[in-house]
Amino acid sequence: MKKKKIYPYWFLLVPLALYILFFLLPSLLGIFYSFTDWNVRTVDKLEFVGLKNYIEIFTSDKDYISGIGHTLMFTVVSNIVKLIPALFLAVMLHEGLRGKNFYRTLLYLPSILPFVIIGIVFRSVLNYNNGLLNSVLEFLQLGFLKQKWLSDLGMVWKSIVGVDAWRGIGYVMTIFIAGLGAIPRTYYEAAQIDGANFWQRLRHITLPMLSGSIMINLVFGITYGLKVFDIIYVLTNGGPGHATEVMTTYSYQMYANGQYGMSVAFNTILLIITAVIGVLIVRTMSRKEVQQ
Amino acid sequence: MRKKRISVVLKQLCCVLLCLIVIAPFYMVVINSFKPKAEAARMSLSLPTKWMFSNYIEVIEKGKLIQGFFNSLQYAVIATIIGVIGAAMAAYVMSRRRTRLNKFLYYFTLCGLFFPVNYVTLVKVLNTAHLNDTKFGIILAFTSAMIPFCVFTIYSFISTIPVEMDEAAVLDGAGSIRLFFQIIVPMLKPTLVTCFILQFMSVWSDFLTPLYLSSKSRLFPMTMAVYQFFGKNTSYWNYIFADIVLTCIPVVLVYLLGQRYIVGGLTSGAVKE
Repeated sequence: MKKKKIYPYWFLLVPLALYILFFLLPSLLGIFYSFTDWNVRTVDKLEFVGLKNYIEIFTSDKDYISGIGHTLMFTVVSNIVKLIPALFLAVMLHEGLRGKNFYRTLLYLPSILPFVIIGIVFRSVLNYNNGLLNSVLEFLQLGFLKQKWLSDLGMVWKSIVGVDAWRGIGYVMTIFIAGLGAIPRTYYEAAQIDGANFWQRLRHITLPMLSGSIMINLVFGITYGLKVFDIIYVLTNGGPGHATEVMTTYSYQMYANGQYGMSVAFNTILLIITAVIGVLIVRTMSRKEVQQ
Repeated sequence: MRKKRISVVLKQLCCVLLCLIVIAPFYMVVINSFKPKAEAARMSLSLPTKWMFSNYIEVIEKGKLIQGFFNSLQYAVIATIIGVIGAAMAAYVMSRRRTRLNKFLYYFTLCGLFFPVNYVTLVKVLNTAHLNDTKFGIILAFTSAMIPFCVFTIYSFISTIPVEMDEAAVLDGAGSIRLFFQIIVPMLKPTLVTCFILQFMSVWSDFLTPLYLSSKSRLFPMTMAVYQFFGKNTSYWNYIFADIVLTCIPVVLVYLLGQRYIVGGLTSGAVKE
């Protein structure tokens, strides 16, 4: 069988060319331009400025560095807040509950909606004066829990993470349910006979058998968290003040201000962070393939 | 027995409560989209005193929704078709000929799952190619961004199709193109549909790409149109809500029709790892 002939290389041509030209090339160019003073005025006569953009990001009194911190914090917190409840929900639904399919369909629904829409809807829901959340709290006689959800410095990140969880839990849960479906029932039956309780079954059967699904959720969750933009842009636009700026919102701001060099420098830092994490993940994946 | 019943009731309560939390904002949006301006601004859950179906007609005009709808549709359909078929061809060759080069190319493509798109330089690349601020440029950006995910999903599926199929077809005299499109593609149908649906929805929902790549409002997809409208009419919540409902209908429809494939596709990707 002539593999060369039935699996020709030119099949790779178009997708790889697109991927390289419009995805990788911009990233590489970004690294290059992050060492220049590229901005609206210098488009024609760029000059190398070395690490100046990076020094500005890390030492400026404008606190850009907190944007990096926020990005990492959001990535960790939003994943914990989604993964753990989603796992329990998945286990609960998988064990067979009447209306399981209905619940699953409905809980997945928010994750298909555009972020912009979710952002606008929650701008209204979290409105202090007549937003849905505060009205419901008042109706339940829980008025003391009322908050300025999006303008109180101590509250605003919790609100963002909350909205993100509202959107994302169903998605994570669906992947977990799929993984649970692949665990043979006999394992649980055997454990039951041995008298294992819920936590023991979770610890010794469910979690190890779910490692694939957990991995997928972590990969999607981490890359999503690091690149988060839309939801923050629409909900708070980085505010109040700069309390909720992340790397992508700073990058967009710089772009809109015409400071292209700074913008791509932010993007390059993000690229390095994701590359390090990505390499670690792809390595464990390829090692797994070798083992199989 | 009794203990079990209590736990079932508790679980049901928990699910119902969660569903209410999911539904409440939807309900609030839909019901308020039919109210007059002042009433909608109160954002209550009560039924409208007067049903204003005209909100929808007005918002379609004011929000330039028809144009936005067709832009979104073009971006989503064209980008997804090129992206999914291209990724399938690439994944097929990479999976069937596991040479060193192909393995490298596979992991090279997977890097795209993690990297952020650098929109600022993407604008520059598109400018150089004279594609900036054109529909074609935006479509190319969307297509390129979905290739890693599609290759990743389709690749693992292809290895489940027996190679004997290919051999038999080749013996019958099929060339590489016929083999791929007549034998392999039909067998890949479930994953291809999954990729198509997921990517269609993600292009439809995308906001960042048009935010960077389109400075002209005639290129705006629905998401941008809604956001612009929201920025200009902050106090007209009745129109904003109607706008939101109209933007969501297409994705919700695609989701409900293609639900089976979404769950199935996520399964095949997730479980096999």
